[in-house]
Amino acid sequence: MKIILILLPVAALVCGAFTGNLTEVSGAVLDGAGNAVTLAISLCGIMCLWSGIMKVAEECGAVRLMSAVLSPVVSLLFRGLKKGGRAAQLIAMNLSANILGLGNATTPLGIQAMEAIRQEEATGSGEASDNMIMLTVLNTASLQLIPATAAALRSAHGAESPMDILPCVWIVSAYAVTAAVLSTKVMSWLSKRREKRRGNN
Amino acid sequence: MVITDLVVPLLFVGVMICGAVRHVDVFRVFCDGAAQGLRTTADILPALVILLVSVGMFRASGAVEILTSALEPLCSLVGFPPECMQMVLLRPFSGSGAIAVYDGIAAEYGADTLAERTAAILLGSSETTFYTIAVYFSAVKIRKTRYAVPAALSADLTAWIVCGLSVTFFFC
Repeated sequence: MKIILILLPVAALVCGAFTGNLTEVSGAVLDGAGNAVTLAISLCGIMCLWSGIMKVAEECGAVRLMSAVLSPVVSLLFRGLKKGGRAAQLIAMNLSANILGLGNATTPLGIQAMEAIRQEEATGSGEASDNMIMLTVLNTASLQLIPATAAALRSAHGAESPMDILPCVWIVSAYAVTAAVLSTKVMSWLSKRREKRRGNN
Repeated sequence: MVITDLVVPLLFVGVMICGAVRHVDVFRVFCDGAAQGLRTTADILPALVILLVSVGMFRASGAVEILTSALEPLCSLVGFPPECMQMVLLRPFSGSGAIAVYDGIAAEYGADTLAERTAAILLGSSETTFYTIAVYFSAVKIRKTRYAVPAALSADLTAWIVCGLSVTFFFC
């Protein structure tokens, strides 16, 4: 993060000096600060509406329902966890919050799930287990069904029907999540094989 | 009239009915949630200021054009609009940065253009990969993340390829 905040402006100054765009660059500093406020204000209404809807959905038991649907998937993807145990439950809840796009609830649930996995697997080492990696990688691929922020930004910029990207978003997400699962499984298998070989030598 | 226009209103009505049926205090709960949304927006504002300034400087300097033309041959392989590569590069590091990049692209190319749609699709279908990995593993004090980064990045690479192919298919 720090690197980006240094890299972008420095690259801008160097590049601006070469291309003779330094006036535009300094203009962009003031514009950017103002634009941030305009953007936040134009986002604010839809963010509030969305958070409100999702809070009601949460209160209706959407997370619990979704977790129940997901629990067979969880036991398929995560190996060696107790069925219906705390870790498995928290994983299902974290994934559900992800799918429903409950931004505020997702990370705390994910962290609790990570801790539960560590307790259940009782690994004292500072090394990530296969299940921990699976959970994290799934969280880095976007499971969210409704791209609320993207739609809010699009309508702020005057898109005619902000949700017309939905089919594309679903296709891209589906492939990305599949790739996440497959690459995690393959890499886990490869690392096990490598360790076995090292053990034989 | 596009069918996807109905997603938000239908969801809104559906959730409200569901809440009423389940005896949820819909109004109070909704306002609680909306207040949280207000807080979230206020929380990301400082980050948006510094990132919109940084990204804005970067865009104004002409660095984006250099980057875009350098990556164009790679992008044409999957039909990905090269002007959105800045999104691909910043998205894994920062959510507010990705919003800043989207804002710049939408302002420059206009709503409902291929570039704007592609940026929005990437924003909606990927996550802040490195940030998530850092938060999740540091929370349980894990230093050796083994294959977590390559696995996550291969998912991001897949997203990029499929995004290029699908925007070409749907919107060209």
